Amino acid sequence: MIPACEFRWIMPEIMLAGWGLLLLIVGGLTRGPVASKTCGVLSVVGSVCALYFTVNLWGANQEVFNQLYTIDNYGTFFKGLFIAILVLVSVVSLSYADREEIGSGEYYALLMFGVLGMMVMTSSHHFVTIFIGLEVMSLSIYVLCGLLRGNLSSVEAALKYFLLGAFATAFLLYGMAMIYGSTGLVDVAELKKFFLMKQPFSATMFIIGLGFLIVGFGFKIASVPFHMWTPDVYQGAPTSITAYMATGVKAAAFGALIRVFFTAFVPFQFGWSEIIWVLAVLTMCVGNITALVQRDIKRMLAYSSIAHAGYILVAFITGDRTLASSMLYYLMAYSFMNIGAFTVVIVLQKKGENSSDLDSYAGLGTRHPFVALCMSIFLLSLAGVPPLAGFMGKFYVFSTAVKAQYYWLAIIGFLNSVVAAYYYLRVMMYMYFRETIGEPGTADKAPGYGLVMLICIWALLHMGIFPKAFLLMAQKAVGIFS
Amino acid sequence: MSVPILSFLIYFPLLGAVILLFANRRNAQFIKVFTLVISLIELAVSLPLFWKFDDAAKTMQFVEKADWFPEWGISYFLGIDGISLLLVLLTTFLTVICVLCSWKAIEDKVKEYYITFLFLETAMIGTLCALDLVLFYVFWELMLIPMYLLIGVWGGPRRIYAAIKFFLFTMAGSVLMLVAILTLYFFYYNSTGVYTFNVLELYKASVPIAKQYWLFGAFALSFAIKVPMFPVHTWLPDAHTEAPTAGSVILAGVLLKMGTYGFIRFAIPLFPAAAIDAIPLMSILAVIGIIYGAIVSMMQPDLKRLIAFSSVSHLGYVMLGIFAFNMQGVQGGIYQMLNHGISTGGLFLIVGMIYERRHTRMIADFGGLSKVMPIFATFFMIITLSSVALPGTNGFVGEFLILMGAFKNNVVYGTLATTGVILGAVYMLWMFQRVMFGVVTKEENRNLKDLDGREILILTCMVFFIILMGVYPKMFFKKMDTSVTEYLAFVKQKSAQARVLEGNTVPAKMAREVTNTNMTR
Repeated sequence: MIPACEFRWIMPEIMLAGWGLLLLIVGGLTRGPVASKTCGVLSVVGSVCALYFTVNLWGANQEVFNQLYTIDNYGTFFKGLFIAILVLVSVVSLSYADREEIGSGEYYALLMFGVLGMMVMTSSHHFVTIFIGLEVMSLSIYVLCGLLRGNLSSVEAALKYFLLGAFATAFLLYGMAMIYGSTGLVDVAELKKFFLMKQPFSATMFIIGLGFLIVGFGFKIASVPFHMWTPDVYQGAPTSITAYMATGVKAAAFGALIRVFFTAFVPFQFGWSEIIWVLAVLTMCVGNITALVQRDIKRMLAYSSIAHAGYILVAFITGDRTLASSMLYYLMAYSFMNIGAFTVVIVLQKKGENSSDLDSYAGLGTRHPFVALCMSIFLLSLAGVPPLAGFMGKFYVFSTAVKAQYYWLAIIGFLNSVVAAYYYLRVMMYMYFRETIGEPGTADKAPGYGLVMLICIWALLHMGIFPKAFLLMAQKAVGIFS
Repeated sequence: MSVPILSFLIYFPLLGAVILLFANRRNAQFIKVFTLVISLIELAVSLPLFWKFDDAAKTMQFVEKADWFPEWGISYFLGIDGISLLLVLLTTFLTVICVLCSWKAIEDKVKEYYITFLFLETAMIGTLCALDLVLFYVFWELMLIPMYLLIGVWGGPRRIYAAIKFFLFTMAGSVLMLVAILTLYFFYYNSTGVYTFNVLELYKASVPIAKQYWLFGAFALSFAIKVPMFPVHTWLPDAHTEAPTAGSVILAGVLLKMGTYGFIRFAIPLFPAAAIDAIPLMSILAVIGIIYGAIVSMMQPDLKRLIAFSSVSHLGYVMLGIFAFNMQGVQGGIYQMLNHGISTGGLFLIVGMIYERRHTRMIADFGGLSKVMPIFATFFMIITLSSVALPGTNGFVGEFLILMGAFKNNVVYGTLATTGVILGAVYMLWMFQRVMFGVVTKEENRNLKDLDGREILILTCMVFFIILMGVYPKMFFKKMDTSVTEYLAFVKQKSAQARVLEGNTVPAKMAREVTNTNMTR
């Protein structure tokens, strides 16, 4: 029997689940533009409430529901990040979803359910709970990807993501099952104790299982060679959903990955860090080099997000659990700059248009100086130019690598950021140095976009110039590993 | 608590840029005057530094220190010594000149132009004052963005190529430096248990010589790109040629100095043993730069490209002086940094002025201008002679000291470098002759207007310093005497120490020099 008082620990999740259901009802009862606006506003209100409950959990350390669910700073940190992403995406959707006529109740409800899944994923050290979270998140996003029903590429994105995602899920589940088969355990914390007692432990089935886990997570974080879906899906999905996927899904997958590997598999670090070394280098290089030749901004940002996963993996390899805070900080910085950049993409798109050719950015600096300035800040942050958060994130991540004496990895990483600088600068170059090509595009001047861009810029500047509070938060969050 | 004068110098232009953001873009006149006022105030505030600076003090002055992120040992730490003092003054001075010389040349996106310029000034002064490696790196990278925009937006026909080449070259260099900074930082932590990016603290680290090679290599590559030394100089001619006049002036005047300044402030004192072992390599590269730059200059049909390549040659002298590791060489090097800022800056101004009149920079398009524009010819002559290092001008003092230092260090480098002086005279005077003397062959040149008041004012300022620094160098040398003495003593002693620690013998010549100097830094 589960005591009722345990439910108070999962108030953010309950809030999101309940609010999502409410949105479904509201969405069903209203029609047209009214529905879109109502649901959007309700969604923002609901997520802000959930944020309130999440903030209250900071500092709590609690195992609930027979150790199936954990409340700790690590999970709370990620919950806060997910809700921040949710709020920003919801605000963007207020206008975007309305424009594209996809903003009915289920759109916002699915956004909430997705975040619910992400929260479950990162707040548990039980394989089964992690898996449930992953599926809740993924199923919501499969649908969200295909919401632009009239758009072929959107439908293709949904199908592609669904099929490949199902494969990845299967790999992950296989991996978990094999680890269970070889050790008899499904709890990450228990596994850690087991391995520490039984070292050296090597069973073929376990090693295969570990490999499968890497494949499964590798798919969700879009690391090379499991990245093939990313550009197509990111490009095809509605742009707000791309922002949501590029930040939320990635953060959630990293959250679960870090928790599982830094708890259970620490004794085998020498083994998996070699594999991940190769993955990290491949991810950085392939992501950046392929991004160089993209002419579509959405696609370029998709490849750049692959590359960013590589940077985060650099810190992951070191296995230094106290320094894992660098990954958390990076994810936070990365979320703000990516949501900002995708918002600019949305602003410059027209109704029914789901691509964003580089040429349409030509001369933007003259036509829409404010939008161009915002985009420049996001791109410079992505490129890692100080004093923006992207620089601090990279600095922190690569200093982790240097500290663990992975000098080559750090050098490869830094050289990659030079390659990356080229394609980020190219967009800036189009915006400022080129004359407008053809008919000048318009910018959607809804206040929601401006608000989101300003919040992101503020966050990037604040995190870059006064990183202290954010780093301390990240350090407290990874405190659970020490 | 003293007045935070350095912080004021750093953020005042930024404040000006922020105010300009709200200016009406149609009111170009107001924007220009406003920027001029800001840069004049900045200059006025920086001048007292020169008099208040204590010549005899062996420590950093006007120090400001605050914790930025104490857990990681990152601090907001500013201070200047005799070396950075002069460069800060050069920066504030040249900014005023640049604002003046852009007055008519920039007609497109005036507001953005001046915002970018003020932003650049903030970054440059920040780089020169920062004594914390992270702070330094932040400003160092920050310099890239405005310069990238200056070249890319207001530059010549191939500006986009040049801007991107400039950005990628310099960024590639600086990321390697970042790895080296982090490595040094963790090394210091492992040996002392203290996290710090404070340069003055890190000077004390005794890094093993084998490790010094790597770290020095990474720092040196980054700074060498900025200098630019042969063979990583290829971005410079493109950037210089495509940049607008003021961009070229500031690029030659200040930005290139960041590379040589980086050697003196960071690369050499942090890794002295490696630096001393690198003398042959760096000196040879410097000599190649001197001769190669001069020969390539000779062939250039484009005035700006000619001056750009002459910069490669001049900066080669600076590097040769710095790596002579003696009083004459280093002081000459620093003096030449200032000279190059004034003389080459002046040359770019000159080219800008005839470009504004004729919209061409090809030497072949001119000839006989001295008859049409006598005032212009006078200024051009003086600046050319300063660039050729005629006695009585600033260039002579610098080059003479550098060659003295180079001879003292190694006769071969000294002799080879001296040939550069001859080549320098050849390409500059030949260029001058082709542009200014002879008969006017082109019809368009017959009615060129001579300089107006603004242009005369600008060039008078430059010529004033050319003469002042040429006939009374002591005024500047006494500011840097103590700092350079300290710096040299420190570098030599520390490298000797590193060798002794590892059981290597100290070369006899160096041992003699080290005796009787105290490690005070």
